[in-house]
Amino acid sequence: MGKRSSWALPYAIFLILFVAVPLLLVVLYSFQDASGRFTFANITKFFTDKDALSTFALSIEVAIENTALCILIGYPAAYILADKQLNRSAVTVVLFILPMWVNALMRTLATAELFTMAGIQLGKGTLLFGMCYDYLPFMIYPIYNTLAKMDRSYAEAAADLGAGPFTVFRKVTLPLSMPGIASGVLMVFMPTVSTFAISEFLTNNKIKLFGTIIQENINNSMWNYGAALSLIMLIIIGLTSFLGKKDEAGVQGGAV
Amino acid sequence: MAKKIFAKLYIALILVVLYAPIVFIAVFSFTEAKSLGNWTGFSFSLYKSLFTGGMQNSSGLISAVNNTLLIALVASAIATVLGTVAAIGIFNMKGRSKQAIQFLNNIPMINPDIITGVSLFLLFVFLHISQGYLTVILAHVTFCTPYVVLNVLPKLHQMNPNIYEAALDLGATPMQALRKVLVPVLRPGMISGFILSFTMSLDDFAVTFFTRGTIGLDTLSTFIYTDARKGGLTPELKPLMTIIFLIILVVLLAMNLKKTKNQNE
Repeated sequence: MGKRSSWALPYAIFLILFVAVPLLLVVLYSFQDASGRFTFANITKFFTDKDALSTFALSIEVAIENTALCILIGYPAAYILADKQLNRSAVTVVLFILPMWVNALMRTLATAELFTMAGIQLGKGTLLFGMCYDYLPFMIYPIYNTLAKMDRSYAEAAADLGAGPFTVFRKVTLPLSMPGIASGVLMVFMPTVSTFAISEFLTNNKIKLFGTIIQENINNSMWNYGAALSLIMLIIIGLTSFLGKKDEAGVQGGAV
Repeated sequence: MAKKIFAKLYIALILVVLYAPIVFIAVFSFTEAKSLGNWTGFSFSLYKSLFTGGMQNSSGLISAVNNTLLIALVASAIATVLGTVAAIGIFNMKGRSKQAIQFLNNIPMINPDIITGVSLFLLFVFLHISQGYLTVILAHVTFCTPYVVLNVLPKLHQMNPNIYEAALDLGATPMQALRKVLVPVLRPGMISGFILSFTMSLDDFAVTFFTRGTIGLDTLSTFIYTDARKGGLTPELKPLMTIIFLIILVVLLAMNLKKTKNQNE
């Protein structure tokens, strides 16, 4: 198709300007003080700030718990949806995605209101429940996709060769659905670490997560510290997606 | 059989929990009380004031809805054109530069909203660009275009490259070949990319929050956030959300029933 490769040029420039440069600016601002001089103060401030550190630890903890909860609840649901004997309707799958089209903040506010009406105090429990509620479809959908595309003859072969249903699941179905779980984890874990509005609503501002501190610093014109906190989150995300990719590759290699 | 009943119950239970808040909003949209969860008898008054503009913060809510739709429409249109052209380019690229552009294309999808928002905020501060409609639209184009690229690329891989060459051999100009051969092949990918961009732009909160500046620009999400932080939600949000939900429900179910019908025929 001739010189069509040059068609990517406008987008390449766009990506450099709006993706690469902004991320470099996060790094630059992290190592500057308010007057633009080079400093490590923003980074050391984080590592000596007890509140920021405990918020950071809590965010990671909540994100891990939420991701685990989403897998525990979402995997069986995806399994049932993908099984032709148990579910024949494509509409059921649509029903799971549909709530995502209603504004997430509005749904979260309604969830918090339901808790208050039921006399349940807003706190860590409601935070976890509400997060799981918000992110469950993001876990179910990729797992459902891998399971629906999976070649069922592997599982049947294992059963024919004498494996019990549990062994078939553990040795065939689960490993083959790992890529789906991995992308589900990416779609649930990272938004949970960084969320701010949702956690504020679900705990009535009682529990702060990492996203909230970033937001507060940026909005109070503490750009440099806000940038440093963003940089720390970026590093965590880089690590998770790197580990996720490695895991995915390993599983695919193992299954073939 | 027991397995089947258990499976159905499990799915039903999750669906009930997923829909509870939405049903809750819908039920309480039919009463006059200002706050959620407060029932003062059946009434259409919130629907009336939503449509006649007789509410307290009416101009705020209506301009937020208009802004949300306008920004989503403009951003996803730009993203669709930019992403499609880029996909054709990337498809014809080779080696390192192809890897580099695909790597950059992945970043906005992996980055959480807050990082995209903060980093773009720093860019606009750094370049002294005053923030408003333009910066929000640019930010939305940034996180939407990668999805268009990813939806269009597979269509290019599936296409038989000889068709395009054949059109040229038969005397079509490159422009005609593009319009009559390439675009029809890519259209399904462009449409799904556009729809995905549109819904993500509609639902975005964090990126808009950091790039909208201080001129008082509100989308539905930032309007709800500010409203909730002030204490009371604008009551007319309840009928508005109910109407939005019903429209989406009807559209999606109709699309899916049509699809199932087509498959069965």
